[in-house]
Amino acid sequence: MERIPILKMGEFLLVTIQVDMHDRLALTLQDDLTGQIVKHRAHGVLIDISALEIVDSFIGRMLASIASMAHLLDAETVVVGMQPAVAITLVELGLPMRGIRTALDVEKGMTALRTAILEGQDGDSSSIR
Amino acid sequence: MAIRVVSAESMEIRASDDVVLVRQAVRRQSIALGLGLVDQTKVVTASSELARNTLDYGGGGTVHLERVENGTRSGLRLTFEDQGPGIPDIALALTDGYTTGNGMGLGLSGAKRLSHEFEIWSKPGEGTRVSILRWK
Repeated sequence: MERIPILKMGEFLLVTIQVDMHDRLALTLQDDLTGQIVKHRAHGVLIDISALEIVDSFIGRMLASIASMAHLLDAETVVVGMQPAVAITLVELGLPMRGIRTALDVEKGMTALRTAILEGQDGDSSSIR
Repeated sequence: MAIRVVSAESMEIRASDDVVLVRQAVRRQSIALGLGLVDQTKVVTASSELARNTLDYGGGGTVHLERVENGTRSGLRLTFEDQGPGIPDIALALTDGYTTGNGMGLGLSGAKRLSHEFEIWSKPGEGTRVSILRWK
């Protein structure tokens, strides 16, 4: 079965979505990722979508679900690398993507994750806006 | 001025893989039409929403991709058809956030916002036909 690879990078997990995902693959990723968060006791997840040419409501919802599930498992999520055309389209589509932290690239995403995790340790559990 | 169809192709939408194939075909056609990247992204995203609706709510169906011309303008028209249960209340179905499934209720309203022209026909028990058009 086709799967999207999840890489462990220190204390974080990195998911690079490089294929045009059909819906079932997106749901498999959700299951795999939550499993890996627990297995590796990861506190942060980076999802690189720079290769994604579109984000529709299904994929948007999947990203939001992953962020919520990860949060319940004590991990923060940052979505990195969204293409400008995708951002423009998402707003017009009406998908607010609130509750999802974003960063321009993986490096900035790592910084954002470290900040988010520190905030979480300071007792601010509402770190997902 | 009347719309003239320059070329047409049809694709079946029977499984979630077909939604991906529809997106790819719409991307190809958008590039052939000469749409810019942002407009391509809008059309492909709208087609993805409507193809998924056809599959999830209509039980599968067909999409017709047409290159059209209207005097000096050219555009891409996509028509999604199914013989599913139909939509009893179209106005309600077009409301942001309204859904009978487990989606976000953005499919129809979002596709409408992403398109220049939008038409919908539906009859309970007979099916649904949604058409969007993006001019270059």
